[in-house]
Amino acid sequence: MSMEIAIPQPVERENYLNKEYGALSWLLTTDHKRIALLYLVSITFFFFIGGFFALLIRLELLTPAGDLVQADTYNKLFTMHGMVMVFFFLIPSIPAVLGNFLVPMMIGAKDLAFPRINLLSWYLYIIGGALMLHCMLTGGVDTGWTFYTPFSTNFTNTKIVEAGIAIFIAGFSSILTGLNFVVTIHRMRAPGMTWSRLPLFIWAHYATSIIQLLGTPVIAITIVLVAAERALHLGIFDPKLGGDPLLFQHLFWFYSHPAVYIMILPSMGVVTEIIACFSRKRIFGYSFVAFSSIAIAVFGFLVWAHHMFVAGISVYSALVFSFLSYSVALPSAIKVFNWTATLYKGSIRYDAPMLYAFGFLGLFTIGGLTGLFLAALGIDVHVTDTYFVVAHFHYIMVGGAVMGYLGGMHFWWPKISGRLYPEGWARLAALIVFIGFNLTFFPQFILGYMGMPRRYYDYSHMPEFQVLHVLSTAGSTVLGVGYLLPMVYFLWSMRYGKPASDNPWNAAGLEWKTASPPPTFNFDEEPVVTWEAYNYEELDAPPHKQEVTVG
Amino acid sequence: MTGHESAKSPLKMYFAVWAALLMFTFITYKVAFIELGPFNAVVALVIATLKATLVALFFMHVWHAGERLIKVVVGGVVFFLLLLLTLTMADYLTRPWS
Repeated sequence: MSMEIAIPQPVERENYLNKEYGALSWLLTTDHKRIALLYLVSITFFFFIGGFFALLIRLELLTPAGDLVQADTYNKLFTMHGMVMVFFFLIPSIPAVLGNFLVPMMIGAKDLAFPRINLLSWYLYIIGGALMLHCMLTGGVDTGWTFYTPFSTNFTNTKIVEAGIAIFIAGFSSILTGLNFVVTIHRMRAPGMTWSRLPLFIWAHYATSIIQLLGTPVIAITIVLVAAERALHLGIFDPKLGGDPLLFQHLFWFYSHPAVYIMILPSMGVVTEIIACFSRKRIFGYSFVAFSSIAIAVFGFLVWAHHMFVAGISVYSALVFSFLSYSVALPSAIKVFNWTATLYKGSIRYDAPMLYAFGFLGLFTIGGLTGLFLAALGIDVHVTDTYFVVAHFHYIMVGGAVMGYLGGMHFWWPKISGRLYPEGWARLAALIVFIGFNLTFFPQFILGYMGMPRRYYDYSHMPEFQVLHVLSTAGSTVLGVGYLLPMVYFLWSMRYGKPASDNPWNAAGLEWKTASPPPTFNFDEEPVVTWEAYNYEELDAPPHKQEVTVG
Repeated sequence: MTGHESAKSPLKMYFAVWAALLMFTFITYKVAFIELGPFNAVVALVIATLKATLVALFFMHVWHAGERLIKVVVGGVVFFLLLLLTLTMADYLTRPWS
C-alpha cells in the first residue's frame, strides 16, 4: 500500500519574470526590467554578428596576400563590423541593458519616468537594426563606419542611404533612453536619496545621458545631410557646389568622439560599484569620481578634431584641439587613481566581477595613455590610419567598455535572473577574455608603430608583419571562446543555477534590498534612504554586543 | 506635466505661430531669388534661427516654463551648439589655404 504524502513545495514569490507569460507580455511590456532583457537579447544578437565580421577580418589578415576575400568584400567587412559594434552593440550595451534594469532600482523608483517611451526606444532600435540587417544582406556599405565624404556622397555605389536611415532611427532610440534617465534621476529619487547619496553608477549614467541628448541629434542631421547631398546634389560637403568636405568630419566627430564616452562612462560606473563591493570599502573621493563623470561628458565635446589632424585642418586649430585632448585625460586619471586608492587596505575578494574590474583598470589605462600619444600632434602624424589607432580604440572599447559590461552582467546576474552563475567557470572565462584580448590587440600596437596601415587586406609588400598578425588572429579566437562561455553558462544558470539570495554579495545599494528577481514595481514599499552610499563599514560591522566590563 | 500650461497655450496662439513660420518660409523662398552676395547665407540663417526660436518658445513651451531646470536645459543646448560652431569656425577661418 502506498501512501501519498503532500510535501509542501516552496512557493516562488511573484516577480517580474513569472508575473506574466507569453510573447505579448514581453512585446507590450512597459516594465523597465523586461525592456532591459529585450535589449539584452537584441544586443547580444548584434554582438555576435559584429564578432563574425571581426573574425573574417582576422582570418584574411592571417596571410600577407589578400586570399580569403576580395578587396571590396574586405572594405564591407570592416565597415559593417564597425557600424554594428558601435551603433548596435556598444552604445546601447550598458545603458540600455544594465542602466535600464538598475537606474530605477538604485534610486528607489518603481520604473523609469516614461515607461512607454522606454518601450518605444526598443522598437526604434529593432527597426534600425532590421534595416541594418537588410542593408548587410543586400550588399552592405564600404565607406568605413565613418561615412567620410566625398567617397560616401559622390563615389561609392553601396547602400549609404539605407545604412544612414538605420543609424538615424537607432540614434533616436539612444536619445529617448538618455531623456528617460535624465528625467528619472531628477524626478524620481526615493525620499532621502540626495544627489550626494546616489551610487556612482547613477552619476555615470547621468553624464552619459547628457551626451546622448546633446550629441546624437548632430549625427542624425549629419547623416541626413549626406543623404541629401547624395540624392539631391545639395552643396554641403562638395567644394564644387560650394560645400566643405571637412565640415562633414567636424559634424561627424562632434558626435562620434563623445560617443566614445557614451560607451566608456557607463562602464566606469559599473566598475566603481564592483570595486567598492569587492574591496568592502566606501569609494575613495566620492565627489571627485562623481564630478569627473560630468567633466568627461563636457570636455568630451571639446576634443573632436584630434581625429582630423592630417585631414587638412588649420595648424592653429590643431594646436587648440591637441591641448584640449590632453585635458580630458585629467578626469579619467582622477577616476583610475580613486579606484586604486579604494583598493588600499580593502579586504579584496577575487570573484568574477572583480576580475573583470581589474581587467578594465589595466586595459583602460593602456588605452587611455596611448590616447595621449595620439593627441600629440607629431606622433599622431606618424601613426594616423595605422594599426596603432586600431589597437588604441579597441583597448578603450573592448578592454574598457566590454570588460565593464561583462563585469556588470556577472555582478547583477543574481538580481536579474534570481540564479547564481557558476563562479569557477566565470573566473576561467574572465581569464580567457583577458588573455585573448591582449593577445589580439597588443601586437597591433607594434604593427601600427612599424607602419602597418589599417583597412588594408593585403600586406604582401611587408611579409615581416605576418608573425604579429598571426598572434593577433590567434588571440581573436581565444577571445571568441571567452565571449561564448558566459553566454553558455548564463543560459545554463537560468534553469540549473542555484537560487540566489536577495543580496548574495552583501553589497550596498538599494537594488540589493529587494527580492531577487525583483517584483514588478521593484519594492514592496517605497524605500526611505537614511544612509550614505557605499556604507560597507556599517554593513560589515559585527553585530552590536553587550559590553562586558570587569568589576 | 502640471496643468498650468494648457491654460496659457490657447489654440489661437498656435495658429499665429504657425502662420508666422509659413510667412518666414515664404520670405526665405522669395529672398533666394535676390542676389545678395555674401549676405545670401546670412539672411537665410537669420530667418532659420528666428523660426527655430519660435518653435522652441511656443511649440516646446519654453516661453512659459517657470522651472529653472528647463531654462538650464535650453541654455545648455544653445551653449553646446555654440561650441560646435565656434570650434569648427576656429579651423575654417584660420586655414591659410582656403
